[in-house]
Amino acid sequence: MAKQYETVIGLEVHVELATKTKIFCGCSTAFGGAPNTHTCPVCTGMPGTLPVLNKQVVEYAVAVGLATGCTITQYCKFDRKNYFYPDNPQNYQISQLYLPVCRDGFVEIETPAGMKKIGIHEIHMEEDAGKLIHDEWEDISLVDYNRSGVPLIEIVSEPDMRSADEVIAYLEKLRLIIRYLGASDCKLQEGSMRADVNLSVREAGSETFGTRTEMKNLNSFKAIARAIDSERARQIELLEEGKKVVQETRRWDDNKEYSYAMRSKEDAQDYRYFPDPDLTPLRIDDAWLKRIKDAQPEFRTEKMARYREEFDIPEYDIEIITASKHMADIFEEATAICGQPKKVSNWLMGETLRLLKEREEEPEDIRFSPAHLAKLIELADAKTINSTVAKEVFEVMFDEDIEPAAYVQEKGLGMVSDEAPLRKAVEEVIAANPKSVEDYQGGKERALGFLVGQTMKAMQGKADPGAVSRLLKELLS
Amino acid sequence: MQLQELTAVRLAEKIRAGGATAMDAVDAAFQKIAEQEETLHCYVTLDKEGARKRAEEVQRRIESGALAGPLAGVPVAVKDNICTAGMLTTCSSKILGNFVPPFSAQAVSALEAAGAVILGKTNMDEFAMGSTTETSAFGVTKNPHNTAHVPGGSSGGSAAAVAAGECFFALGSDTGGSIRQPASFCGVVGMKPTYGTVSRYGLVAYGSSLDQIGPLTKDVADCAAVLEVLAAHDGKDSTSIERKDTDFTSALIPDAAGLRIGIPKDYFGEGLDGEVRAAVLQAAKVLGEKGAVVEEFDLSLVEYAIPAYYTIASAEASSNLERFDGIKYGYRTPDFDGLHNMYKKTRSEGFGAEVKRRIMLGSFVLSSGYYDAYYLKALKVKALIKKAFDEAFQKYDVILGPVAPTTAPKLGESLKDPIKMYLGDIYTISVNLAGLPALSVPCGMDQKGLPIGAQLIGDCFQEKKILQAAYAYEQAAVK
Repeated sequence: MAKQYETVIGLEVHVELATKTKIFCGCSTAFGGAPNTHTCPVCTGMPGTLPVLNKQVVEYAVAVGLATGCTITQYCKFDRKNYFYPDNPQNYQISQLYLPVCRDGFVEIETPAGMKKIGIHEIHMEEDAGKLIHDEWEDISLVDYNRSGVPLIEIVSEPDMRSADEVIAYLEKLRLIIRYLGASDCKLQEGSMRADVNLSVREAGSETFGTRTEMKNLNSFKAIARAIDSERARQIELLEEGKKVVQETRRWDDNKEYSYAMRSKEDAQDYRYFPDPDLTPLRIDDAWLKRIKDAQPEFRTEKMARYREEFDIPEYDIEIITASKHMADIFEEATAICGQPKKVSNWLMGETLRLLKEREEEPEDIRFSPAHLAKLIELADAKTINSTVAKEVFEVMFDEDIEPAAYVQEKGLGMVSDEAPLRKAVEEVIAANPKSVEDYQGGKERALGFLVGQTMKAMQGKADPGAVSRLLKELLS
Repeated sequence: MQLQELTAVRLAEKIRAGGATAMDAVDAAFQKIAEQEETLHCYVTLDKEGARKRAEEVQRRIESGALAGPLAGVPVAVKDNICTAGMLTTCSSKILGNFVPPFSAQAVSALEAAGAVILGKTNMDEFAMGSTTETSAFGVTKNPHNTAHVPGGSSGGSAAAVAAGECFFALGSDTGGSIRQPASFCGVVGMKPTYGTVSRYGLVAYGSSLDQIGPLTKDVADCAAVLEVLAAHDGKDSTSIERKDTDFTSALIPDAAGLRIGIPKDYFGEGLDGEVRAAVLQAAKVLGEKGAVVEEFDLSLVEYAIPAYYTIASAEASSNLERFDGIKYGYRTPDFDGLHNMYKKTRSEGFGAEVKRRIMLGSFVLSSGYYDAYYLKALKVKALIKKAFDEAFQKYDVILGPVAPTTAPKLGESLKDPIKMYLGDIYTISVNLAGLPALSVPCGMDQKGLPIGAQLIGDCFQEKKILQAAYAYEQAAVK
């Protein structure tokens, strides 16, 4: 019988923090500016410049640490990691090696075998590098320092995961926590969350770890899952052939579904880490720590419990809504305004999810304001618009966050409440459809639906179908 | 009295009183420069036209009453490792030979706000690594007292410019004695303030935990006045300290009564030149006559300061100088094959021998497997040295000793034996390791006519005590 193998996986997850300014200077962290416009002498490594720590970075890092059960290092330091590369303007990266800000935490994930704890070895703060752009045509490389100095935390897990499913569950859990904290938007595609996968295999039952490789360039959960399966298979094949796994860094190519070696341990660089003399040791005193603790938000489990108490909506709705802090915020704010949790939930569970799926977006991407959703519900309740029009208005609101009342007014979508034009339209429909009238009077209820539809059409949709139906019945009785 | 002979403070008084203008002062400095610069080579960059324009603007503001401080209208020379917006800042290195910073160092901004007029940038040892100004990529500076001798270093251009009247005061930087030693060799006053007193923002870093900007001046009163302008908390420098005791000129009392002065026996042992020894002990005697209580004591650990210093300073330098890579600014080798080759050639061609030596030394002591044995051990020595000084300052207000073992060596004698050159820093580097303030004040001449300096060391934040002692000595010696 073939040998059974176990996969052992640990993750290094980089998360770009949602601060307005960079970690060591006042430049904007906004995404997508023209190259080298969000830069200054500090983040371009000019001689004589010095870093000054952005305290918000510490607060986010500590908040993530607290939310993952870490011990906070109240006396911590920054170290320089020295290596030459053009995207790194000082040729050293300011990071934390000796005294990282958070240590020894965990997150819990759901697995088919029940809840499982994934250990967090440490979380440290560091600066991001710039971006190199290679122009193959001109054979030159250009560098954009807009990202240089954008704050990151690196979350290093213990080698506690055993499958791609566990890895995805761990990443989803981390993302949920970090999004609840507002510390990052955690978008893999945009690079605000990046995961490097350390993977080794060993014979089932073995106590010692096999030789591991590190996989980089994983830009989606799907890519991560594919890369894990591919690397597991590659390592098992090597072992089956009696070969050895080489400790190395590999780069995943998701189009080819193949990875290739970038560098092996033998040519690993000596980063010559040492404490950065330009930054004084960071003291996180008890008072500061308490302020950060007190500011921690309500996390999902607590939120779900509260929703069950406060709102009469199905458990399924609660699960979906609280899976996104952003969606939960919209739910709560809209409900607070209109007082109708069930209707708000219906809009979120129905049209919102449908449109998100259609546009290949996530709940975090929702742009409409809760006040506008509340307004739309109010318009429908007041029968200013009917449900078909409401859906039309919602879609525009979903894309452009228009104010629904103004939009309905501007486009003339309000229901006609004046009876005279409605009565006129009904009479015309009756006159024009003698066959249907006859059918209805002959007992065919379905014919009434057709006549209602014809009337709605004549009214360009701006009528209350209930009122049309009542009027038809009255005139045909 | 000729304008050039005035101290900075006296010159500013004269300008305020209408007896001269800021333009006159600039012209007077440039007259001295015209007469001597070809021989002395104090400057790597001169900005005559710009200086004159700045002087005119300053003069207008003095006349309107907007500027009235003790440096208003006074021409200053700035060491070339301190950034000046729009003016070359080369660190006397080929690798920064074309570098014009887009911003000014905080110390420069403070001087300009006080109305000082920048004349140009002074020569130095490349990246402040050296004790003679001979490692400059742009030629040597000569000692104004004897042009066959070096001016000291690394702030040799600044010290020589002050001594030769080519400016009225200058800025230097001191990582291991680079202000005090050239001040001593050139017969001017030089001070390294307590670490954190003057912002390092805009000072091109050599050893970040040791570097400090400070004044080189004609006398102690100027030194206090300049330091008063420079000392300020700066949010752009995380190691900058908020101080409220920066009224340094209040310490200019011509009396040493009540000051307890310690003479470390370890600073007067083997290797100290006899004439230097006699002159410094004579200064101690004068201070005793002015009321100070002077006694000898054992400082200890002196022999460990040099290895600890060269380990820490080189380690930091090896990292600080990584940014000079030919990518963003400065020199780039004209011919190269790929990125790695570009780095290698640019840095091989751009840096001089002494800088390369320290980069290699620093890279070695930080490398994996050696970090604990060298770098961490040096940090422990640093802490012990600080402790030894803490104990000494329980007993003494000021420690008095020589600045350097000898007077200025002849040109060309020092670079042949770098270890010997490093040993010349023995009395100055402990001060940087401990973060202390220290001042060099002229205390006589040797038989060759070369100046001798006495070093006054204070506890952290006790600049006023050393300024008082220096002022009391200076006033007594003048009489």
